[in-house]
Amino acid sequence: MSPEPPPLLEVRDLVKRFGGFRALDGLSLDLRAGEVLGLVGPNGSGKTTCINTIGGLQRPDGGVVTYDGRRIPGLRPHRLSRLGINRTYQSPRPFASLTVRENVLVAATEGCGSTPPDLDTLLASLGLAGQAARPAGELNSAEQKTLDLARALATAPRLLLVDELAAGLNPTELLRMAERLRALADRGMAILVVEHLMGFIERVTDRVIVMNAGRAIFGGRLAEAVRDGDVKRVFLGGAHGG
Amino acid sequence: MGRGWRELCLIVLPTVAIAAWAPNLYGNVLLLFNFVLYITLAQGMNAIYGFTGYLPFGYVGFFGAGAYGFAIAAMAGVHPAAALAVAGGAGIALGLILTPLLRLSGAYFAIANLAAAQAVYQVVANPALAPITKGPYGVSLSAVFAPRASYLVAVALMGATMAAIVWLRNGRFGLALMALRDDPVSAASAGVNIVRARTIAWLLSALVASLAGGAFAWQISVFYPETAFDMSISIFAIVFTLFGGAGTLLGPLIGVLLLYGVYNWIGIAVPQYFQLIYGALIVVLVLFLPNGLVSLLTQRGIRVP
Repeated sequence: MSPEPPPLLEVRDLVKRFGGFRALDGLSLDLRAGEVLGLVGPNGSGKTTCINTIGGLQRPDGGVVTYDGRRIPGLRPHRLSRLGINRTYQSPRPFASLTVRENVLVAATEGCGSTPPDLDTLLASLGLAGQAARPAGELNSAEQKTLDLARALATAPRLLLVDELAAGLNPTELLRMAERLRALADRGMAILVVEHLMGFIERVTDRVIVMNAGRAIFGGRLAEAVRDGDVKRVFLGGAHGG
Repeated sequence: MGRGWRELCLIVLPTVAIAAWAPNLYGNVLLLFNFVLYITLAQGMNAIYGFTGYLPFGYVGFFGAGAYGFAIAAMAGVHPAAALAVAGGAGIALGLILTPLLRLSGAYFAIANLAAAQAVYQVVANPALAPITKGPYGVSLSAVFAPRASYLVAVALMGATMAAIVWLRNGRFGLALMALRDDPVSAASAGVNIVRARTIAWLLSALVASLAGGAFAWQISVFYPETAFDMSISIFAIVFTLFGGAGTLLGPLIGVLLLYGVYNWIGIAVPQYFQLIYGALIVVLVLFLPNGLVSLLTQRGIRVP
């Protein structure tokens, strides 16, 4: 048997403080190429902070993030983008006055450290081809979320951080989005998904990490998570235990 | 970059040619010079406001720094061409000193920048510095007075500034700037080095204003600190840009031609109503056309150069 390849992303004992509040309190996780890892947990458990810290938006106060064998904490987002790490935002952040095509063009020309994908093919694959010439500010919220993803993909990332992409999508769009993320992972992309919709998580992820108060309290398959005592206590409250 | 070349040939070159030829048709060269100057300043303002969203109310600080950079060099006996380089250097230096202001945003940036321009004015006008700047007593550059040459220098500068706007509007760097204007956080995710991009745009607009100040000093040759640091220079550059439409090449150009034209016309015909009419015009435009005249077309999906 050949040994498993090392994880693309290794997070060890990550700490992020806001004043006295420890939003991340020693979080560790691994993510391999081609794998989709879900990050679930109650509001305020540190999921978005985790993505922001790995993505360079916030500096960690402790711990180590290793990507592709290289320590990355402290690198700014534009550097990470060229290394192959990109993300989407919880509420979409399009370049509102630029056209949809210009939105992805900026990312492909500025943020791609390898060969960028063909932009027209990319937009078509995400159902945005018909909107290519429209200003991004005119798109509806679901389209803007898709554009966030398109912009991230235009940099040809190897690690994609997805922050609540599914919220606000209708069931058909949800299903399509899930299939897209699965297809990206099948082609070797490592994807970290933060999401509240468990149906989406179940469809997309290979395994999940359940977070509470800035720590991982469970790691494994979603089906096992719902039987785990700690997970139940966090989600349903102590009185419901058992 | 076909579109860029077209804009260069169809808009920038004709504007430069008309401006260069105009003194043969119209005798008031100082008025023509002021038109050229304000087109340059409005386009310089456009480079920073139109493409990054920073509104520098103290823009005149760069203009004054350039005017005094030129004057001090010229009084020291330096050739006017070299004195213009000193003017540009003064603007870049002031721009570099003020780069930390880019950490502020919105009104905070505008006010801090205004204060910075006032600070430079107070330093220049300080009687204690009279041996260098002539302080409040003003400078006289009669030794290098050359109205024709300085006019042509201003025209060339206007052409270069408009060409820079064409480059920003059609090039990769300008697109990155517009992305960070819309959303700096996601622009960083998209790979834009936002600190570097902002600084370049800032220094570019500082360079334009300071070279314009140098050409102005050369043209009028006798001036006082109040002239070179006159707040209405900032206000005019902002109003002309907003009126025509920031972020476009034509907007600021139209803004200057119309508004500065009206300004001169009302000022001569009915000076007693000038401020009333001008003020009312600006209020109406800001209320009903916040994105400038060109938005009449862009709202209908027509691309304005």
